[in-house]
Amino acid sequence: MVQFTLWDILRNLIFAAQWTVLLSLIAFLGGGLVGAVLLLLRLWRPRIFTAPVYAYVTLFQGTPLLMQLFLSYFGMRLFGIQVSVWVSVSLALTLYTSAFLTEIWRGCVAAIPKSQWEASTSLALSFSEQMRHIILPQALRISIPPTVGLLVQVIKGTALASVVGFVELTRAGNMIANVTYKPFTVFACVGLMYFALCYPISLYARYLERKTLVSDR
Amino acid sequence: MTVELDFWAVLADWPMLLTGVIWTLGLTAIAMAIGILVAVAAAWVRSSGPLWLAVPVAAYVELIRNTPFIVQLFFLFFGLPALGIRLSPPVASVLALTLNLGAYGTEIIRAGLLATPRGQIEAAQSLALSGYQIFTRIVLPPALKKVWPALVSQIIIVMLGSAVCGQIATEELSYAANVISATNFRTFEAYIIATLIYLALALGVRQALNWAGPRFVFGA
Repeated sequence: MVQFTLWDILRNLIFAAQWTVLLSLIAFLGGGLVGAVLLLLRLWRPRIFTAPVYAYVTLFQGTPLLMQLFLSYFGMRLFGIQVSVWVSVSLALTLYTSAFLTEIWRGCVAAIPKSQWEASTSLALSFSEQMRHIILPQALRISIPPTVGLLVQVIKGTALASVVGFVELTRAGNMIANVTYKPFTVFACVGLMYFALCYPISLYARYLERKTLVSDR
Repeated sequence: MTVELDFWAVLADWPMLLTGVIWTLGLTAIAMAIGILVAVAAAWVRSSGPLWLAVPVAAYVELIRNTPFIVQLFFLFFGLPALGIRLSPPVASVLALTLNLGAYGTEIIRAGLLATPRGQIEAAQSLALSGYQIFTRIVLPPALKKVWPALVSQIIIVMLGSAVCGQIATEELSYAANVISATNFRTFEAYIIATLIYLALALGVRQALNWAGPRFVFGA
């Protein structure tokens, strides 16, 4: 029988973790783009897109990410789109992330005092000028800490991609646990590796948040 | 290519779906009841407890908050038997959900505790209330009231997260959808319906908890 050392387990997990990182980045960047578009639609005047964007956010925040992954995976196959599991999990995670980001950013825009809107309107700035020069620069500053914080949620979300067969850290952990018969060690290592990925980001988000609060005083 | 969707084939299995909904709500209710107690205790420890307790509690909170739920669940279900602790799927699920809500709840409730005006505690002390009385009667109720919306959101996140428990064969809603799709091969329809039920549950539970909070949890 082949013996697996702790180093064998770790080596394979570290190799698989790169797919977790890559998938997280895709979801985060894609989610950022879609989220930004949704935010602009949401702020658009006349407010014809407010209700649809609200429904979108409610849908993705009110249903399990696992179901979204299943629907993306089986849905694409059902409609004859033969794509790799990469595409279907990237799509689901991108849409999921975009719903959270657009909601976070909307909150940041709403935190800008109403007088800023009124003052810029009275200066005859157009919507795009208002956004570019007045609202977004201020909203951007307060949006950074929660946005960084969401990255942790996205990284943890990618673990669910393992359920539809995407081989990343959790899936690799499952497979290694099955061949080594050491589920305790393997899942403890998997957990610690997620922790090693997420905890620094959490700390950084907290640091940014404190910095923003101090400068607002 | 035409795709025919047959939702009735899935809905015909409604007793299965109903069982799943009951399991999902049951898991959530137990995790909520114990999780809030854990969170209140842990929040007390972190805000005013002794250091030798505060450090392990902080480690628990950070460890749970920075690892995926599915890994926590697998660790409890597949990992612990190596130590001779064998948990049934529902027990492992409830434990994982409770630990999860406890950790997130700790941070939420702690924020509420920290917002207590200093003068209120001093006034309570001058009335010779004990430390326990001050915490349970003066500090905690307004703190819970303040953070209740955030706590409700977290409870809903935990409920939606419980879909993962189907992966270890806990018979909750996503597991029911999985079983139904295995019998009639209407996989997409089964998950659409399960997803819509989750959405309805999320909206309904939020309403219910917003209603119940002021009446049963922190008083008017």
